[in-house]
Amino acid sequence: MTLPIGNILDHYTLLAGTLFALGAVGFLVRRNMLIQLMSIELMLNAVNLALVAYNRVHGADMNGQMFAFFVVAVAAAEVAVGLAIVVAFFRLKSTVHSDDADTLRH
Amino acid sequence: MTAGIVFYLFCSLVALIGAITVVVAKNPIRAAVGLLTTILGIAGLFLLLNAQFLAAIQLIVYAGAVVVLFIFVIMLLGPDPKVSEEGHRTRVARGVGGVAALLGMGAALYALGGSVQPAELPPARPEHGSVEAVGGLIFSAGLVPFELVTALLVVAIVGAIALVRRQGRPPRRVPATDNPTARLFGGPVHPRDGGKPLPKEPVS
Repeated sequence: MTLPIGNILDHYTLLAGTLFALGAVGFLVRRNMLIQLMSIELMLNAVNLALVAYNRVHGADMNGQMFAFFVVAVAAAEVAVGLAIVVAFFRLKSTVHSDDADTLRH
Repeated sequence: MTAGIVFYLFCSLVALIGAITVVVAKNPIRAAVGLLTTILGIAGLFLLLNAQFLAAIQLIVYAGAVVVLFIFVIMLLGPDPKVSEEGHRTRVARGVGGVAALLGMGAALYALGGSVQPAELPPARPEHGSVEAVGGLIFSAGLVPFELVTALLVVAIVGAIALVRRQGRPPRRVPATDNPTARLFGGPVHPRDGGKPLPKEPVS
């Protein structure tokens, strides 16, 4: 399975890096907390993709897939707690704009 | 172009389009659909990489639970709130975001230039990524982390409930009357009183 340029693992690495960079940009640029959480999910998915791709090419065992499984579990817990925090914040301030989370500054 | 390459290109294109949608969407619902698209594309790539178990987990946990939870919360908070993206720190944030994007792309290009691998995916063992093999690994080598993950999930559930629970109990409305029947039941209790509220002042 070859592509015209490079080898296949390079393409997976580049794709995972691009997805991670998009997630990082979304987290840093967007001010909507829900979209920031989605960007975190995007980054975790990119990491999973890189883990599985490298495990497929290099791994004699399946430790990479096992690790990706744990990443999925931690991501599920993270999104549950994160959305609970967003809901609690919305009750407090009636907005999900992360610039308004400045109670400790005043 | 083999079928594998075509499938790879299709899935990666779907994932990238979804990711861009997440970042640029104004409407959070649209961003959630973009996240769903990305997750589906990555699940396809997992299938291509002989990770059938992880592809199923990806569909069940992410597409089935995480995205639904996101949409649930978006619906709960209302169709919002017109979050204006033009805060006073938006320009700084854009600069930082641009630098982060450049760093990410640079890291990806560095990794791309630094790895010299055979041009084809090596043939996988038939059990690579199957449910039996990954499950056996999780319950042998990864047993302790697996049990810790259960504790983590329980803690996350309890924490989420504690976070969104309203603090304190709502005050009970005490009927302002001396009539014990009205105090207890807050209204007529006999059929012949049906439809008529009890008198405000008890008849003495």
